[in-house]
Amino acid sequence: MTSPRGTGTSLKNFPLFGPITAIVFAFLYVPLLFVIGYSFNSNRIVTVWKGFTFDWYVEVMGNDDIQRAVINSLRIAAISTILSVILATGLAIGLLRMVRVGRTAAWSLIMAPLVIPEIVFAIGTLALFVQIRFTLGVDSITLAHTAFCIPFALLPIRARLRSVDLSIYEAAADLGANEWTIFRRITLPLLAPGIVAGALLAFIISLDDFIVSYFLAGAGGTTLPVYIFGMIRNAITPGVNALSTLLLLASVVIVTISYVIAIRKR
Amino acid sequence: MAQSTRVRGAKPGQGSWWAGLPGIAYLVLLVLAPLVVILIYSFLSRAKLGVGVKWEFTLQPYVDLFYSESLSGARSFDPTYVQIFLNSVIYSLITAVVCLIMAIPIALWIATRSPRWRMLLVFLVTIPFWTSLLIRTYAFVIILNDNGPINEALQGLGIVSAPISMLYTPFATIVGLVYSFLPFMILPIYASAERFDFRLAEAAYDLGATKLTVLRRIVLPAVRPGIIAGFILVFIPALGSFLAPELLGGGKTSMIANVIAAQFGASRNWPFGAALSVMVLVIVMLALVVFVAVARRTARRGSGQSMESLL
Amino acid sequence: MPQEAAPALHVRGVSKSFPTPEGGEVHALDNVSLSVADGSFMVLLGPSGCGKTTLLRCIAGLESPDAGEILLRGERIDGIPVWKRRVNTVFQSYALFPHMTVAQNIAFGLQMDKLPKEEVTHKVQAALSLVRLSDLGARRPNQLSGGQQQRVALARALAKQPEVLLLDEPLSALDLKLRRGMQLELKRLQQETHITFILVTHDQDEAMSMGDEVAVFDSGRIVQVGPPREVYLRPRTRFVADFIGEANILDISVAAGTASAAGIGPIPMDMWSGDAPPLTDAQHFAAVRPEDVTVSPDASGRFTVLDATFIGGDLHAVVDLGTHTLTSRQPAADAAGMCSGDRCEVSFRPGSLRVVEA
Repeated sequence: MTSPRGTGTSLKNFPLFGPITAIVFAFLYVPLLFVIGYSFNSNRIVTVWKGFTFDWYVEVMGNDDIQRAVINSLRIAAISTILSVILATGLAIGLLRMVRVGRTAAWSLIMAPLVIPEIVFAIGTLALFVQIRFTLGVDSITLAHTAFCIPFALLPIRARLRSVDLSIYEAAADLGANEWTIFRRITLPLLAPGIVAGALLAFIISLDDFIVSYFLAGAGGTTLPVYIFGMIRNAITPGVNALSTLLLLASVVIVTISYVIAIRKR
Repeated sequence: MAQSTRVRGAKPGQGSWWAGLPGIAYLVLLVLAPLVVILIYSFLSRAKLGVGVKWEFTLQPYVDLFYSESLSGARSFDPTYVQIFLNSVIYSLITAVVCLIMAIPIALWIATRSPRWRMLLVFLVTIPFWTSLLIRTYAFVIILNDNGPINEALQGLGIVSAPISMLYTPFATIVGLVYSFLPFMILPIYASAERFDFRLAEAAYDLGATKLTVLRRIVLPAVRPGIIAGFILVFIPALGSFLAPELLGGGKTSMIANVIAAQFGASRNWPFGAALSVMVLVIVMLALVVFVAVARRTARRGSGQSMESLL
Repeated sequence: MPQEAAPALHVRGVSKSFPTPEGGEVHALDNVSLSVADGSFMVLLGPSGCGKTTLLRCIAGLESPDAGEILLRGERIDGIPVWKRRVNTVFQSYALFPHMTVAQNIAFGLQMDKLPKEEVTHKVQAALSLVRLSDLGARRPNQLSGGQQQRVALARALAKQPEVLLLDEPLSALDLKLRRGMQLELKRLQQETHITFILVTHDQDEAMSMGDEVAVFDSGRIVQVGPPREVYLRPRTRFVADFIGEANILDISVAAGTASAAGIGPIPMDMWSGDAPPLTDAQHFAAVRPEDVTVSPDASGRFTVLDATFIGGDLHAVVDLGTHTLTSRQPAADAAGMCSGDRCEVSFRPGSLRVVEA
């Protein structure tokens, strides 16, 4: 760099951009802080502060319906994560070896759930399941979640796979490893960080999903977001905030772990 | 030991295209098939009782988009649904524009930090995306409430004497949409700005340009691909939004998604809901076509980035 | 050099083409045949894209030839998959497994042979000490220098005691100084292990200093095989003469039993190398090394000096021959004070001109 650092930096800065950035970050985070803050409000009316309490957490954790919803959510997220990661790993490998036309077609199909409005995807899946008389519930949600978790699981796995020097596989074969051994001892270990990052992202996406779960829940498939939606519709109490805070916490922790893995293993 | 067979797997260990087959098959069954079902349903008749459809071909659902029948059977033009589509498009456009205005300063500001700071700040922008959309929307139910923090503050400062009704208005819906999709605008613009060579800006200063001129004539054209990508990434999901209009618009400001949901819920008119969905898909397709065309034109002008890399 | 030993490797009539993106075909290998003596060090030399790496990959089993046979100790191996061939490769990029330690990298190939645990441990240690890395077995590849990674790649391939070791431009990623050291190291390893080495390189110095034999490639064909000195002294084609060392190529025409070089004139018979092919009444090319050319200042000479550079005790001169130029390298004392523009005469060392194929 030829110019002294100080000058370069000041020339790069545009007036007001700093303060605007601060305001936008506040816009992104303050609303969530209110959700969290009011979860400790002892008043039944959420937005009127009375005093500090943990009671709402105790109350929501003791609620049988909520416990069932949490178990449903975790079960759906876990199974669709496993399914989507397995399918995405196969897709990541397959995509690299497809001819151009096939790759473009496959890529459009994989990314479709991100482009199609979620409501259309939700009612389409609902119509399909009703048409083939598949019982709505935890299983139907799991199947649908797997489909839109695939692109999220795929991206870090694919990035990882593409960074591998192809002569590594040749070296393994040259040293006597057959296809299956190469996959087990070279490909999978090399992909592991991408697979873990992809699995975490898929897990959050499933855990946080509302619309698809809402339409496919049937009688016994109420997930945590679906339950929270019902609470919001009925009567807003700080209990909603307590549950929301827990869900937020789960998301933030998981995405942070995924992020740390992604940058550490690069 | 003469063998005439060619060596199998000339590219050892790289797997084969069929590794992707299970995934493809899954997506055909659970992404493509639902869309086909929707398309088929949109040409079928309404079930007399309960859920589902009656397998009888009709164009009625598409007629219903524009016309309504009175009890006597007279058909007349009914702008209800056209209006809802129009509203949805307008809300989504406003959302995209507001996001754009907010995103440009923040994206450029982040892009001009040191690499370490950049990573952290980008991460902070992405975190809200990974949190539940339901909870993010709910946050504004609290904030915009008649006795929420904003009204409390305004009254406390003596600016207003009675609470302003913000919740359950189009304003609340748009605020919720902006909040939902702002990261989608910031990230692609940032991706463009990060690749921008700020020595070009220095050269412009050297040639006597002011900050505003540099911003307008050098920096903004360079981040144009990011702006186009961000616009589409905000516009499309905003168009199909269900939660913001549902929780913040309070039924007064329905968007397409709410009408579709109603057909599959209380109204029990699946073919009509399917026809509405097909229309949404058509609008999304049109938006994508326009997007690709604009992106191509920008690329040809030599901004020098492929749009695919941003998506 | 007489070769009484049976060849370790025999390549017979191997061809291989690749499709080009434009829809055409490139002939990477065009009917290539080669015999590599057991325990020898063979170097495949040629410019990039000449097919030498493709031949190496065909031998390894990483590519399958379109035609021809590859025999290892008399048995065909071209139908055997890569993982079953008793040949191993040192890759240009080293291709070390990043998720394994150095010792695990070396053990990998031995585990594929299903050797007992103790034997694997033992052989890993032996391989590490062979490449003088005994202390670094627990390191990861990314904690090693380029030279050390190179040694690990060697140890990993050598640990399997292959019939033939294939080395694909193994030194190209190292800086010059390290490369010299590794050349000696490779030579020592080859002599210690008695394993047949086939090394691919585009660096003629590397080929000359390491190979027992050199096979020179030109656009998918082997144009000459022989000991390095032999190839240098007796280049068969214009390409070989030019690629190995420097050479002046002269256009020769023969009329009535007298050979003349374009721009120079008749060449006396004693200038021709004794074992060169006989001249016929046709167009020929002759090669002469710059060090066999003498340029002498001569005010009434027929030629003009285009450039005269004194490097150390040598004079490098370029002489205008009209249609082309002639380069010489001679002791500076012979032509002190010569500068460009001077008139001069040229002469050749007797026995230094060789007829070469086009």
